[in-house]
Amino acid sequence: MAVTKYTEEHEWVRVEGDVATVGITQYAQEQLGDVVFVEVPAVGRKVAKGEACAVVESVKAASDIYAPVAGEIVEGNAALADSPGDVNAEPTGKGWFFKLKLADKAEVDGLMDEAAYEAFVKSLG
Amino acid sequence: MSDPAAGPLKRTPLYDLHRELGARLVPFAGYEMPVQYPTGILAEHTQTRTACGLFDVSHMGQVRLTAKAGHSAAKAMETLVPGDIAGLQPGQQRYTQFTNDQGGILDDLMVTSTGDHLLVVINAACKDADLAHMQKHLSGMCEVEPMFSRGLLALQGPQASAVLSRLAPQVATMKFMTGAYVVIDGARCYVTRSGYTGGDGYEISTPADQTDAIARKLLSNPEVKPIGLGARDSLRLEAGLCLYGHDIDTTTTPVEAVLLWSVGKERRVQGGFPGASVIQKQIAEGSTRKRVGLLPDGKAIAREGAEIAIGGKIVGTVTSGGFAPTLGRAIAMGYVERAQSANGTKVDLMVRGKPVPAEIVPMPFVKHAYYRG
Repeated sequence: MAVTKYTEEHEWVRVEGDVATVGITQYAQEQLGDVVFVEVPAVGRKVAKGEACAVVESVKAASDIYAPVAGEIVEGNAALADSPGDVNAEPTGKGWFFKLKLADKAEVDGLMDEAAYEAFVKSLG
Repeated sequence: MSDPAAGPLKRTPLYDLHRELGARLVPFAGYEMPVQYPTGILAEHTQTRTACGLFDVSHMGQVRLTAKAGHSAAKAMETLVPGDIAGLQPGQQRYTQFTNDQGGILDDLMVTSTGDHLLVVINAACKDADLAHMQKHLSGMCEVEPMFSRGLLALQGPQASAVLSRLAPQVATMKFMTGAYVVIDGARCYVTRSGYTGGDGYEISTPADQTDAIARKLLSNPEVKPIGLGARDSLRLEAGLCLYGHDIDTTTTPVEAVLLWSVGKERRVQGGFPGASVIQKQIAEGSTRKRVGLLPDGKAIAREGAEIAIGGKIVGTVTSGGFAPTLGRAIAMGYVERAQSANGTKVDLMVRGKPVPAEIVPMPFVKHAYYRG
């Protein structure tokens, strides 16, 4: 059973076993606007929690995507190179960014659940 | 430049309309302006390239100059800009720059002669400084009258002529860079066939209290959609047009910026504008750097501030960069050393510490589509 958690950087983290899939939320894609370029991390790269490891560019600006938890990149979403618009169209589906093998599964527990994230977004006004 | 942080944000006559249309409003040059509407920047860009877009550019400054007895407003204006203003026939419009004593650019502007007056359009962020500059230097020779409350609408795109002609048939035959008084929806407006997209279109100066009604009337045409500042920027970048404060500023001259076409031929020889000696020297000997177009190989976007390198040596800086929706790829412009500025030169644009191969290319990136009759 997959568990989905959220960060204050508006990323979602779907955990299945010891692998987490990471993307940005509906709120984040709305704020970014049309995504025109995505750079995903190389497989095998070890990332620390909070480390900038991917880039998403909208027409307006570039934004970093941070590793929500520590781990090793096992896959980047290569399809985004040709269809960056997937991030807008299906931010929690086809628009995922990368998958990482968790260094410490317990780290996921510190992230927000859906209700907490919704309340967080609401607090932003 | 005015400080955008100073005081509350100002609103244009179309503020309520922007809200109704669901615009995302952002602070820009001291105004609350629409950066995009719900359809988003890419759709707005394509709309403007393929049909017609309506932009609120009322934040820009409009100033009217009227000669005092025994003087010429055009001759007066020529003491501040290198453009051929005295040669403007009534109804003609010209692009020029206010220069400083070093030949740097204080602002870029449009000047139109109505015969009785000069109508000047200046950038929003510079308008208070520009007005003070004109009042200080021109008041002895002409009345300098700010019209900052007027509306300014840009109607741009291949359908702009068909749309505006329904309300004012005479605009159909106006040529690029000409202007005329036109009654639209009962309001006396000043229309020029010009814009900032590289495409055909008009800018319409409207009485403040009739701006909203005219905008709504234009938007009632099926070809017309509202367009925000986001697409305005991607459109002008594709057209290779400079954005003041980014591609040109007080440290760049019209020669370096490759705007020499806008400097009057006689004026190059005769001077008589601030910084003339610097600009004349650069015309004769060449400037040390030059504004160029840049086409990155891949999809990565090099934005303002990215360094331009050849073989690891820094030769310049990107001043504007972004995604060009019409081309489906990234484009940029920037300054490089003149010795390295030839078209076809291979360079690297440094994006997040990594070199992105690019080539120096001619501009515009997207062919201009001006109506020249």
